Amino acid sequence: MSKELVNAISEMREQEALKLAKEMVEGGSDPMAILDAAREAMGIVGQRYEAGTYFLPELILSGVMLNQIAEMVKPKMAKGPEMKRHGKVLIGTVAGDIHDIGKDIVVFMLDVNGFEILDLGIDVPVDKFVEAIKDFQPQVVGLSGFLTLAFDSMKDTVEAIKKAGLRDKVKIMIGGGQISDEIKKYTGADAYGKDAMAGVSLAKEWVGAK
Amino acid sequence: MAKEWAELTSDEKQEALFQRWISPKDPGGNDLKFQNPEAEKSYKERINRIKDAIQLKKQPDRVPVLPLPSMFPALYAGLTVEEAMYDYEKCSAAFRKFVLDFEPDGHMGSAQFGPGRFFEKLDYKLYSWPGHGVSTMHSYQCNEGEYMKEDEYDALIQDPSGFFSNVYLPRVFGALEPLQMLPFLPGILEIYGVAFNFIPYGLPPVQSALKALMEAGQEALAWAGAVGGIEGELATLGYPQILAGFTKAPFDTIGDTLRGTRGIMLDIYRQPDKLLEAMEALTPLMIKMAVGAAQMNGKPIVFIPLHKGADGFLSDEQFRRFYWPTLREVMMGLIAEGCIPFPAAEGGYNSRLEVIKDLPKGKTLWMFDQTDMGTAKKILGDTACLLGNVPLDLLGVGTPQQVKEYVKKLIETASKRGGFILGNGAFFDNVKAENLKAMIEAGREYGAYS
Repeated sequence: MSKELVNAISEMREQEALKLAKEMVEGGSDPMAILDAAREAMGIVGQRYEAGTYFLPELILSGVMLNQIAEMVKPKMAKGPEMKRHGKVLIGTVAGDIHDIGKDIVVFMLDVNGFEILDLGIDVPVDKFVEAIKDFQPQVVGLSGFLTLAFDSMKDTVEAIKKAGLRDKVKIMIGGGQISDEIKKYTGADAYGKDAMAGVSLAKEWVGAK
Repeated sequence: MAKEWAELTSDEKQEALFQRWISPKDPGGNDLKFQNPEAEKSYKERINRIKDAIQLKKQPDRVPVLPLPSMFPALYAGLTVEEAMYDYEKCSAAFRKFVLDFEPDGHMGSAQFGPGRFFEKLDYKLYSWPGHGVSTMHSYQCNEGEYMKEDEYDALIQDPSGFFSNVYLPRVFGALEPLQMLPFLPGILEIYGVAFNFIPYGLPPVQSALKALMEAGQEALAWAGAVGGIEGELATLGYPQILAGFTKAPFDTIGDTLRGTRGIMLDIYRQPDKLLEAMEALTPLMIKMAVGAAQMNGKPIVFIPLHKGADGFLSDEQFRRFYWPTLREVMMGLIAEGCIPFPAAEGGYNSRLEVIKDLPKGKTLWMFDQTDMGTAKKILGDTACLLGNVPLDLLGVGTPQQVKEYVKKLIETASKRGGFILGNGAFFDNVKAENLKAMIEAGREYGAYS
């Protein structure tokens, strides 16, 4: 049945996926196995997004399916799901910018590729990034921004990380609608990712994951 | 008047709108008095240059140059974005300075700064703006949400205007929340019981909402006076305002501000037929709002900012099924009334070029951002005028020399046989003034047709 669940989710058959998950939960299946199937399906969705056959509707719908299934399974679980993770990525849209579509895609792709992510959300003040680096201790920091005004916010954020003495503890990648290699140089980040897949590759390279 | 409007062909209607644009009137309805004969000559030359580029009938004298800013004019003049939104005089002065310093072939007017006090009076929730969720130096930004719930498609489809007045407006304007109590207007019939319908207008919350509306209307008038004043003044100096009005792709109307990105993307799977039906219902309204504006303003170009159909948002199949048909219908409706649709395709549109070329020749103007201009010229060059695509990162952190080189190459790539307007790829806030100057100078230098 878990194979059917994987198919239903990855083929975007929401009603069927939820029905299958419900039957599995009620039939006493191992909650972890159900979640593993959902995770496997998310991996397939990620691969198809990367291959250019899936787009925003599929990422959003599969995310919604995963959440619904996780809600169903949760009461049956002794403790939270544990997954082996490659490494930690701290991510957020920089100060003054409240755009999140691009950032959310990157978060999705990092997640299905096995990273632990702390998403600080949008309009994240410089200090908040610095504090979160101290607490969360990520290897990678992702700065997102859509507006030209974000160029300076990214620069300020990188400088604040430097000033806090944390610059050599993290690799910093930037991305967003108008971001390029020129902006990478301007901000002092380590790299720029053209799209979510590039972000995943960078993060993998930096944490030494395959 | 030789013929009634309805009897004109779409070509004749377009020509009539161009004629009204090129022979502007002052607010009193008399011929606009230019400040000097050169200004009048420049004004007409600039419009003809843009017209020739769009119509694809003949090459203009040179490539028109249109730098199209967002908040840049305010920042360039040393204002905060907040000042530009709240102080209409300062905003007008800043905009005048931008146009006079950069001498573009046209401008989009200063309406993008928006009246801050108006937004305040109505407690606009759809956007965050300086002092209301973003800093004084940052531009306003949309707060996406499900302002229309997933089960409200039928209400929208059956009565779009009623949905806007009684459901949507009360949700996006805090001060208009009581308007959800307003009566169903088509129920106002005959004499028996007709007065029952008016009871809501007597209720204190509705009355306070109506009061807020009147105050907001006054604020809008004051602001529009400033916006119109500077446009008129710039016209007398030889600089035409290029936009007649604005409309949207029905998919974006629903995806941007009604259902939000998350909502509309889920609807593609959960209720595709409702989504398609709602877009069909909105299509005539999207046409009507722009045609009305073009008639009132006496100009042809209608701005259509495109958002959620760009590369990466939807698959080719989804674009062809959900995004393009009603956008095309809107554009064809505009063209039939003599308008020139001006879609701004922010992001990339590389995967859409083959689809969007299904349009009549010489009737549209496409602004491209991260679309390959060589490919765009190849595929769309015989159909549409292209505008773009100097990248914002280059304008923001590049050097004037780099900008010049980019423009030179761009003109070589995209301007053959006309059909090209030089501009930025997306709307910009803080870029380097010297880079913008370099873009414009390079356009004049390399853009001459011999």
